[in-house]
Amino acid sequence: MTIIIWTIQLALVPILSPLFLGVLRKIKARFQNRVGANIFQPYRNLWKLFHKDEVMSEDASWIFRIAPYLIFTITIILGASIPLFSTWLSNNLLSDFLAVVYLVALSTFFLALAGIDVGSAFGGFGSSREMTLAALTEGGFIFSFLALSFLAHSTNLFFIASAVSVLPLFSFTPIVLVFISFVIIMLCETAHFPFDNPATHLELTMVHEAMILEYSGKRLALIEWAAANKFLIFLALGANMFFPWGLTAQTDAWSVVSALGIFVVKVLILTTFVAILESSIAKFRFFRLYDLLFTAFILSAMAILLIL
Amino acid sequence: MLNLISAQFSFFLALLLLAIGAVGSLTFAKKDWLANLWGNGLAILASVSGLVAAVKVLIFNEAFTYTINSTFSNLSLSLAVDKLSAFFVLIISLVAFLSSIYGIGYVKHFYNKYNLGVLGFFYNIFLVGMLFVVSAHNGFFFLIVWEIMSLASYFLVIFENKENNNIKAGSLYLVMTHVGTAFIMLAFLLLYRATGSLDFSVIKANIGNASLLIKNLVFIFALIGFGTKAGIIPFHIWLPSAHPAAPTHVSALMSGVMIKTGIYMFIRLFVEILSGTELWWGATILIIGIISSLLGVLYALTEHDIKRLLAYHSIENIGIILLGLGSAMIFLSLNLKTLAALSLVAALFHTLNHATFKALLFMGAGSVISQTHTRNIEEYGGLIKFMPQTALYFLIGSLAISALPPFNGFFSEWLTFQTIFSGIQIPDILTKSMFILAAGSLAFTGGLAAACFVKAFGVTFLARPRSVAVLQARESGFFMRFSMAALALATLILGIFAGSVSKIILGAVNNLTGFQRVSGIFFTQKQTFELSNGFAAISTPMIFVILSVVLLLIYGIVKILTSKRKVKIGRTWDCGTKLEPQMEITATSFARSIVIIFKGALKPSKQLEIEYRDADMRYFPKSRNVELGIVDVYRFYFYQPLRDLMIRLSGYAKNVQIGILNVYIAYIFLILLILLFVQS
Repeated sequence: MTIIIWTIQLALVPILSPLFLGVLRKIKARFQNRVGANIFQPYRNLWKLFHKDEVMSEDASWIFRIAPYLIFTITIILGASIPLFSTWLSNNLLSDFLAVVYLVALSTFFLALAGIDVGSAFGGFGSSREMTLAALTEGGFIFSFLALSFLAHSTNLFFIASAVSVLPLFSFTPIVLVFISFVIIMLCETAHFPFDNPATHLELTMVHEAMILEYSGKRLALIEWAAANKFLIFLALGANMFFPWGLTAQTDAWSVVSALGIFVVKVLILTTFVAILESSIAKFRFFRLYDLLFTAFILSAMAILLIL
Repeated sequence: MLNLISAQFSFFLALLLLAIGAVGSLTFAKKDWLANLWGNGLAILASVSGLVAAVKVLIFNEAFTYTINSTFSNLSLSLAVDKLSAFFVLIISLVAFLSSIYGIGYVKHFYNKYNLGVLGFFYNIFLVGMLFVVSAHNGFFFLIVWEIMSLASYFLVIFENKENNNIKAGSLYLVMTHVGTAFIMLAFLLLYRATGSLDFSVIKANIGNASLLIKNLVFIFALIGFGTKAGIIPFHIWLPSAHPAAPTHVSALMSGVMIKTGIYMFIRLFVEILSGTELWWGATILIIGIISSLLGVLYALTEHDIKRLLAYHSIENIGIILLGLGSAMIFLSLNLKTLAALSLVAALFHTLNHATFKALLFMGAGSVISQTHTRNIEEYGGLIKFMPQTALYFLIGSLAISALPPFNGFFSEWLTFQTIFSGIQIPDILTKSMFILAAGSLAFTGGLAAACFVKAFGVTFLARPRSVAVLQARESGFFMRFSMAALALATLILGIFAGSVSKIILGAVNNLTGFQRVSGIFFTQKQTFELSNGFAAISTPMIFVILSVVLLLIYGIVKILTSKRKVKIGRTWDCGTKLEPQMEITATSFARSIVIIFKGALKPSKQLEIEYRDADMRYFPKSRNVELGIVDVYRFYFYQPLRDLMIRLSGYAKNVQIGILNVYIAYIFLILLILLFVQS
C-alpha cells in the first residue's frame, strides 16, 4: 500500500495538471462567449508537441538544451513533496517550505537563463521581467508559509496542513490575510492575470511566454507541461494549506480514493476562482505590479504579528 | 603522518614558508617566471601547512598558545589559536591555496609589464598578516599585524599602477582602512584603561571592571573600526573600488577572506570578550545586516563592471553574516544561549560558504577578463561557447551565491532563516518586529541576488558576442581551471555534507567562553539536519540525490521516447530583420526595471545630451547621448560634508600654527607650566 500511495503522490501532479489547465481555459472561454476547446486539449497539445521535430537556435548553448528537463524535474519533485491528498507522508524531508521556495527559484533561474540564451530581444526582456517579479515575490512567498508554520510549530508542509485542519474557527482571521497574500503570489508565480497574460500573442506584454519563444517540439512540451505542473502545485498548496480538510491519514483504499476526490473538487473550485478572476480584471501595468507584491508581503507580515 | 607534526608546528611552518616566499620573490624579481613560481609555490605549501594546523585544532582539539615575553608585558608577542581562530585559519588557507594555484596561471599576463617579485612579496606578507590577525592574542601585537595586513593589501591594490584608477582606489582604501584602524586603537585603549591590560584573556577576565559607558564606547568604536574592514554600509565605499583594482587572485582573497577578519574580531570582541550583554548591540548589528544585505545587492544590480558587481555582493553577504551574528548577540543578551550558538553556527557557516563561492566567482571573472581585457560585461556575451569550463564554474558559483539548492549558499541561508524565525518567536514586540524585518530582507536579498546573477551570467556567457574581443577568447589555462573546479566542487560538497560541517562549526562555537556547555541545538543524522525543537529539518544530500536521479530519469525517458524526432538548427526568430548583437538584452536594461522599482533607495540618474543639426529649431537631432547611473548618496550626504567639516576644522587649527619657531617654543613653555601646576 505504501508503494501505491507513493506512486499516486508522485504521478498525481503531472497526470492531472493539463486537465486543470484545460478546465481553466474552458471557463475563460465561456466567459468570453466562446465554446472553447475541450478540457482535454492540453493533453493533445503535449502529445502533438512530443511528436514534432525540433528547431533549435544556432546561438543556443547547453543551458537552453538542459533547462526544460531541469524545470520539469523540479516540478515533479515539488509535486511529490507537498501534501496532495494525504498527511501520511509527513516524514518527507523535502517538504520544508524553504526548500520548496528555493526549488521554485532554481527553476525560475534556469528558465530566465534559457530566455537570454538564444539572444533574441524578446527572450531577454522576458527574463528581465520574470526575475524582477520573482525577486519581489520571494518575500511574500516565504512569509505566507512562515505565518502558517508559526501556527503549526513546524516548517514542514505536511505538519502545517494537519495543524491548520484542527484549528478552531475563530483563529482564522490571520489565515485569511495569509490566503490573500498567497493568492497574489500564486497568480504571479504561475503567470496569470494581473501579472502576465498566459494567452498573449503580443510579444511586448509577455513575461513567461517571451522566455520560451524559441522552444519547439519536445522541449516546448516539457516546458508547457512544467508550467501546468507548477499551476497545479500552487493550486494544491492553496487548497491544502488553507483548507486542509479531507486530507487522509489512513492508508486503506477507500479513504485514499475519497481523499483524492476531495482534492480534485477543492482544486477545481480554486481553478474556477482563478478563471473568474482572470476574466474580470485587466492586466496591470508592469510598474504597478510591485505594489501588489509588497502588499502580499505586508499582509503576511501582519498575519505573523497577529498569530504570535 | 598527521600525528607526527603538531598543530603549532605546522602553523609556524606556514608562517615561515610565507616569509621565505616573500623574501625569495624579491630575490628572484629579475626573472618573471621564477618569481611567479617561487611566490605562489611557497604560498601553496604554506596554505597546505595552514590547513593541516587548522584541521588539527578543529578536529583533534590541539588548540595552542604561544608567547614571547618582553620587558613590557603589553608589548609581548602573544598568539593563541583556539577553534574559532582555527576556523578562520582554515578559510584563509583554503582560499589562499587555490588562489595561489590560480595565480600561477593568472599573473603570466603581467610578465615584462610589472615586477612580479614585488607582487610575490606583498602577496605572501598579506597572507602572513591575515594568519597573524586571526591568531593574535594581544591588542598591541594585533594592531601591528592588522596594519601589516592592511598595508600589504594596499600595495596589492595598486600593483597595476599604470592605470590611474587603481591608484585612486588604493588611496581611498588607504584612507578608509586607517580611519578604521584609528577607531580600533581607541577601542583597545579604552579596554586597556578599564582592565589594565592589552592581553585578550586578561581583558576578558577583568571586563567586569569596565563601566557600561566604556563598554558601549568600545562597542561603537570597534563596530566602526572592524566594520570598515568588513565593508558594512555606510563604511563600504572603499570596497567596490579597491577589490576590482587588485589582481584577480588577490581580489578573491580580499573579498573571500580579508573582509572576514572584521567578522572574526566582531565575534572575538562582542561575543566572547564583551559577552554581548546589551540588547541594543545585537539590534544595531542586525539592522546593519539588514541594510548592508539589501543595499549591497541593489547596488550590485546597477553595476556592469563585473568585479565591482562581485564586490557589492560581498557587502550583501557580509550583511547576511551579520544577520546571523546580530541574532546571536540579541539571543545572548536575552540569555538564550542555545539559540545564540545556533545563530553563530549560521553566521560562521555563511562566512565559510561566502569565501568559497566568492573566490570562485572572482576567479571566473578573472579568467574572462584575462581573455577579453575588459571588465565591462556589456562587451561580453556568448562566452559559454569560447570558455565552456569557466562558464560552468561561474554558473555553479552563481547558483551557490543565489542560495539555490543543492549548493552551499542554500544551506547557510536556510540556517540563517531558522535563527531569525526563532527570533520572531520572542514575545517582546520590538525585538519581534526587528526579526520580521530581518527575515524580509533576507528573503528579498535571496531573490534579488538570483536576479543579479541571471544578469551577470546571462549577459556574460549567453547569447551572441557583443565585441570582437570575445571572438578571440580561449579557455583559460590549467592552473586557473583547476582552482575553479576545486572551488566549484567545494561549494557542492559543503552544500551536501552540511550536517557534518555544522557539527565542526558548533565545536568551534563551543570553544568560546560562555558556550562550553551549550549543546543539543540540532541533530544531524546521515547529513539530515534537524533543529532539536522540531521546528525545521532538511536533508541537503537528499535534495541533491533526488534532483540528479529524477533529472537523469526524465532525460533518459524523453530521449528514448522521442529518439526518432530530428533536431534542426536554425536561426533565432528575427522578425525579418538581421539580428544584431545590440538587440540582445544588456546588463543595464536587464536590471533597469528593478532599479526603477527601488528608485527611492538607489536614486538613479539619467543624463541626456542631444546635439541638434539645427541648433535653433531643435527638430533633427544629430546625436544623442544617454548616461544612466546612480547617485553616490554616501559621498554626497556623508563623506563630502564630513570632508568639508574636516577642512574647516583644519583651517581653525592653522591659526595656532603660525610657523615661527619662537612661538612654538612659547607653546612648549606654556604647556610645561600648566603641567607643573597640575602636578602640584
